[in-house]
Amino acid sequence: MATSSPSSSKFYSHPVVKWIEYRLPIFSFIDHSLGSSYPAPKNLSYWWNFGSLAGAMLTIMIVSGIFLAMNYTPHASLAFDSVERIMRDVNYGWLMRYVHMNGASFFFIAVYIHLFRGMYYGSYKYPREVLWWLGVIILLLMMATAFMGYVLPWGQMSFWGATVITNLFSAFPLIGDSIVTLLWGGFAVDNPTLNRFFSLHYLLPFVIVGVVIMHIWALHMHGSNNPLGIDTKGPQDKIPFHPYYTVKDLFGLGVFMIIYAGFVFFAPNFFGEPDNYIKANPLQTPPHIVPEWYFLPYYAILRSIPNKLLGVIAMFSSILILFVLPWLDTSRVRSGRFRPVFRIFLWIFLIDTVALGFVGAHPPEGWYLVLGRVATIWYFLHFIILLPLLGWFERPLPLPASISEPVLGGARTAGAAVRSMEKN
Amino acid sequence: MRKLALAFAASAALVALTLGAAAPAQEMSPEAELKLPSPGWSFDGPFGTFDRAAAQRGFQVYRDVCSTCHSLNLVHYRNLTDLGFSEEEVKAIAAGVQVTDGPNDQGEMYERPGRPYDTFKAPFPNDNAARAANNGALPPDLSLMTKAREGGPDYVYGILTGFSDPPPGFKLMEGMYYNKYFPGHQIAMPPPLTPDRVTYADGTKATVEQEAHDVVTFLHWAAEPNLETRKRIGMKSMIFLFVLSGLLYAVKRRVWRDVH
Repeated sequence: MATSSPSSSKFYSHPVVKWIEYRLPIFSFIDHSLGSSYPAPKNLSYWWNFGSLAGAMLTIMIVSGIFLAMNYTPHASLAFDSVERIMRDVNYGWLMRYVHMNGASFFFIAVYIHLFRGMYYGSYKYPREVLWWLGVIILLLMMATAFMGYVLPWGQMSFWGATVITNLFSAFPLIGDSIVTLLWGGFAVDNPTLNRFFSLHYLLPFVIVGVVIMHIWALHMHGSNNPLGIDTKGPQDKIPFHPYYTVKDLFGLGVFMIIYAGFVFFAPNFFGEPDNYIKANPLQTPPHIVPEWYFLPYYAILRSIPNKLLGVIAMFSSILILFVLPWLDTSRVRSGRFRPVFRIFLWIFLIDTVALGFVGAHPPEGWYLVLGRVATIWYFLHFIILLPLLGWFERPLPLPASISEPVLGGARTAGAAVRSMEKN
Repeated sequence: MRKLALAFAASAALVALTLGAAAPAQEMSPEAELKLPSPGWSFDGPFGTFDRAAAQRGFQVYRDVCSTCHSLNLVHYRNLTDLGFSEEEVKAIAAGVQVTDGPNDQGEMYERPGRPYDTFKAPFPNDNAARAANNGALPPDLSLMTKAREGGPDYVYGILTGFSDPPPGFKLMEGMYYNKYFPGHQIAMPPPLTPDRVTYADGTKATVEQEAHDVVTFLHWAAEPNLETRKRIGMKSMIFLFVLSGLLYAVKRRVWRDVH
C-alpha cells in the first residue's frame, strides 16, 4: 500500500540499512511502532489526534525548556530578573518563554481532550486498563511538573501558589508537617524550595517521556479503540498507521499549531495572571490567589469542603478515582455512541467540571460556594453512583457487526456483539 | 432526537445555574462595574506598533514626572534607541544622571555619568528610603506595570486620569487621594499629571489625557519591548502554518482517497 515505507523490501535491501538492521533492528522497530507495519482501525475520527498532539506538546515543552534553563537562575533573589532578562536581552528569549508558558496550557488542552475522548468512547475498558492507568500517571506527573514550573519565575502568584499548595500537605495527621518541611527544604517557601522545584521541574518531564513510552507500548498490545468501540475483526477493518494516520496527525498538528501560535504571538499573557509580573513578596499576600486554569476544578473541589483534611482528600480523590474508572463503569459496551443515557450524563459531567473550573476562579463565597458544593457532589456522584448503575439499567443501542459494516445494525447483531465481547 | 433534546435541556439548566450564580456576585463588587477608559492604543491589534512620537513624549513624562518616585529597573538607556532616539541622544540622556560605580583600585565607590549600558537610575537607593520619602508608601517599579495589573494599559491610564474629589460621605485617610479606578479608591500617590506639566518639543498640547496616553505608551514599550518583533514573526508564522496545514490537508485527502 505504502511504497516508500520501510516495510518495502527495497528499503531493507539497502546495504547501510541492512548492516544496521542486522545489529540493531531500529528501522523495523519504528515501522512496527508508528509505521506501515502498525495496523490501526480504519474509522478513527479526529478525536484520536489528541494523543499525538500531546506528544508533540511534550516535545515542544522539553526543547523550549532546555533553552530557558540555559538562561534561568534558580535563586530567590535572582530568578524574577533572570526571567525578565530572557524576555528582554536573550536572543529570541521572549519567544522561548512565551512558547513554554502557553505550551503548558496547550499541553493540558490536548491531554484533557484526549482524556475526555477516552471517557466518551470507553477506551479505558478491557483490555486497555493498564494503558488507562499509565495515562492517569502521566496526568499526575504533568500536574506536578506544571505546578513546580509555575513557581520558577518567582512572581507573586508563583510564591503564594506554592505556599498554598504545599501547605495542603500539612492537613495530613502526624506526618503532614514533616512533608511540608521536606517540600520546602526549610520552614517557609524560600530559596531551597525554588532550588528543589527547579531540579524536579527539569527531571519530571523525562519521567513523563518514560511513562509515555510505556503508554504507547500498552497501546500497541491491543491497538487503538475506535469510535464504534467494537474490536477489529480482521484486516478489512484496519489500515496501516503510516501513511494514513501519520498524515492525518500531521494535518491535525498544523491546525493545533495555528491556534497555539495565535496565543503565543498575539495574546501571550491570556492564560497568565497579572500578579505574576510582580516580584514575589513574602510580606504581601495578593487579594485572590488562583492557580493556573487547568487546576481550577480541583481547587474548587478543595475549597468546597469546609474541613481541610477532607478537602485535600477530596481533591486528590477527584483524580485518583480515574484509576478505578474501568471497574466503576459496569457496562460492557465501550462507545458512548451506543449508550444513549451514559452519553447524556457524560456531557453533564463535562459541564460539571467546567462549572467547577469557573467556581475555582472566584473566591468561595455566596453563590460560588453553593455551586461549587453542588458541582463537587455531582462530580463524585457521577463516578460512584451513576456509572455503576448505568451499566445495569441502560439499554445500549444495537452494535454493528464490524467496523467495515457499521450500517448492518440490528437488535440481534447487537446482542451477538455484546456476547462476543463478554467472551473476550 | 428526544435524548438530544434532553441533553440540551440538562446543559442549558447547568449553564443557567452557573450564570445565575455569577450575576449576583458581580453586583456585590461595585469596582467591577466601573469600566476602564481606553483612548485606543497604537500597539493594539495583531498589526499594532508603538507610536514612536507618543512613546518619546511618554519618556519625557516619565523622566520629568514619574521618575521622581518610580524606578524603571529593568530598562537600560541603550533600549531607548528602539523608540527612535539616536545613539548620540541616548548617550546624552544617560550622561544626564550620576551613577555609583566601583569599587575602583583604591577600593572606593565613585560617581560617574551614566552610560547607555546602565539601567535607568532609580530615584531611591532602597525600598526603605523610598517609603521614608513617601509617607510610608512604596512607589512600585514601573518596568512591568502595564502587564502587572488587571486591565493593563487601560488600568494605568485610568489611574492617571481617575483622580477627583471624593464623593460626599467618603472618608479619605490622612495623606491619601481619591481615585475612582484604584481598588478601594484611596491611593497614596498625589495626582501626578496636570495640564502643561511638561512642555512637548513637538508642540503637542500637554493635557492630562495626552500626558497619560503618552506615558502609558512609553510604559507598555518598557514592559513588552519585543511586542513589534513578536507580532511581525507571528504574522509570518501564521501564514506559514496556514499554507502548511492546507497542503497537509490536500495530502491527507489524497492518501485517504482509497479508504473513503
